[in-house]
Amino acid sequence: MENIIQLNQVTKKFGGITALNKASLHVKKGEVVGLIGDNGAGKSTLIKTLVGVYSPDEGEILIRGNKTSSWNALKAREAGIETVFQDRALTPQQSIVKNIFMGKELRYPFGFIREKEQINEANRLIREIGFTSKLINAESPVGNLSGGERQGVAIARAIYNKAELIVLDEPTNNLSLNETQKVFDFVLNVKKSNRSVLFIGHNIYHVYDISDRFVILDRGEVVHELNKEDISTPEELMKIMRETIIKH
Amino acid sequence: MSNKNLINNAFHKNGRALGSIGYFILLMAIFFIGAPEAWIRPNLHQSVFVMMPTLIFLTIPLVFLVASGEIDLSFASTYAVAAYVFALLVKNGVDPAICFVAGVFTGAAIGALVGTLIVVFRLSSLVASLGVLFLLRGVILLLTKSRSITIMEVENHWIYPLLVGKFYGFPMQIFWAAIFIIFCYYFFNKHVFGIHIQHVGDNSVSAEQMGINVNAVKIKAFMFVGVGAALGGIFTTLITYTFFPTQGFGYLLLALAAVFVGGTPYWGGLGTIVGAVFGVGVIAYMEVGIIAIGWSGEWRQFFNGLIILLALLGHRLHGERVR
Repeated sequence: MENIIQLNQVTKKFGGITALNKASLHVKKGEVVGLIGDNGAGKSTLIKTLVGVYSPDEGEILIRGNKTSSWNALKAREAGIETVFQDRALTPQQSIVKNIFMGKELRYPFGFIREKEQINEANRLIREIGFTSKLINAESPVGNLSGGERQGVAIARAIYNKAELIVLDEPTNNLSLNETQKVFDFVLNVKKSNRSVLFIGHNIYHVYDISDRFVILDRGEVVHELNKEDISTPEELMKIMRETIIKH
Repeated sequence: MSNKNLINNAFHKNGRALGSIGYFILLMAIFFIGAPEAWIRPNLHQSVFVMMPTLIFLTIPLVFLVASGEIDLSFASTYAVAAYVFALLVKNGVDPAICFVAGVFTGAAIGALVGTLIVVFRLSSLVASLGVLFLLRGVILLLTKSRSITIMEVENHWIYPLLVGKFYGFPMQIFWAAIFIIFCYYFFNKHVFGIHIQHVGDNSVSAEQMGINVNAVKIKAFMFVGVGAALGGIFTTLITYTFFPTQGFGYLLLALAAVFVGGTPYWGGLGTIVGAVFGVGVIAYMEVGIIAIGWSGEWRQFFNGLIILLALLGHRLHGERVR
């Protein structure tokens, strides 16, 4: 299957510190990749490189097999890579529809908003990613939603922005079990629509449940990669992770 | 979708406006019961209608600014500066239509300067605009040496009947204020500018992350307040044929009170134009109503204060700020 994005032997240094050392990562169409690693393993640097916030010092980045030059955030977005920020970048007093279209409103001439179209599209999006509650529609204020549902709004926005690959940075942080399950359902719906997800987390159980493939990062290097089929329990994943890190 | 939910969403959207409409109705009822014979006399309402358009030009742009998370006090002086530019140019024989445009541009330019100062240097908008309020008033007093300017000649120009004349006995400024309200309603609720203001006031970091230019949005909001202040100043100058250097000061607290009584919360992200119109109604009627029911004018300030506190309690009842 086609690689949406491929990072080959990417190195990123900050002053004398090597944050990423010849790290390679690829994400295929329609797969959920779990990126795991301890604090300071370089997850954040790798993600920021992937979404174009940092440009790599060495190595190459390929989009659908094509080499890119001077990689940046704009190019990443044009390539269909959307990040859902840890704080989700929502405005809680505003409605779901306003949040989904924030900064990218559908407009008539002179800047007036195509409100009906936006509401219809927002309703379609939130149903698509799995909002089932009859109590929630596009005009509900985001502030009335739970943490998991807010994550869903941010994911819906990424889909609206034509994302092929959605990067979720610690999406289940501070969420209850119930809410985490909601986020998983959203992610599975994203996968169903043949989009890809890069799921970053430090909770192995969360990453295990949702991912098709795991990438383990340690001290700026990709130390191990394995498929869901290769293991049977999250404990096994944890064990492998611990062993590879100790060896590394 | 369930009915309950429809009601919930409707309440979220309109609850604050409904609150201020409630205040307005309550106030009218009290005054009506207090002095029914004064209440049915048209001249009482006429005097309110002289004041209301000016207050509307001042108050509604402030709703935009407060919703963006900022505040401006300098508008009360901008009002006078714009009126001064207008009156001075008219006095010097410039076509009053051009003077009008120049006055409005003056307001926008002052707003842009105040906004840029606050946004770029990250100043407290409350304190910085207080400074500008005094500074500009000082400039006006120095320039005019505290003398007023009379512009009787403006009556013969087409702009006078168009803006503040009477159309079959109906004051034109009410018509323009109504147009302004409708324009602002759409501008705030259905236009990218208003929507971005709400996002910025709600969470400026999120807005920035989603590609909204937060500083530009805020500066534009300050400019709009400047334009509103200029309109208020010029209309009043036209109505009275006179610019006087202390003009506008009296509206400072009234316009701010109307914003908050009108249901716009002080914390940003939310605002209501319809509510503000009724907020203006409450404040304007308070000014004449107290006298009409036979109380002395001293009570006015007392009740203005009371109603602001009640409005704040109303915000609280309507719910805490959601984050």
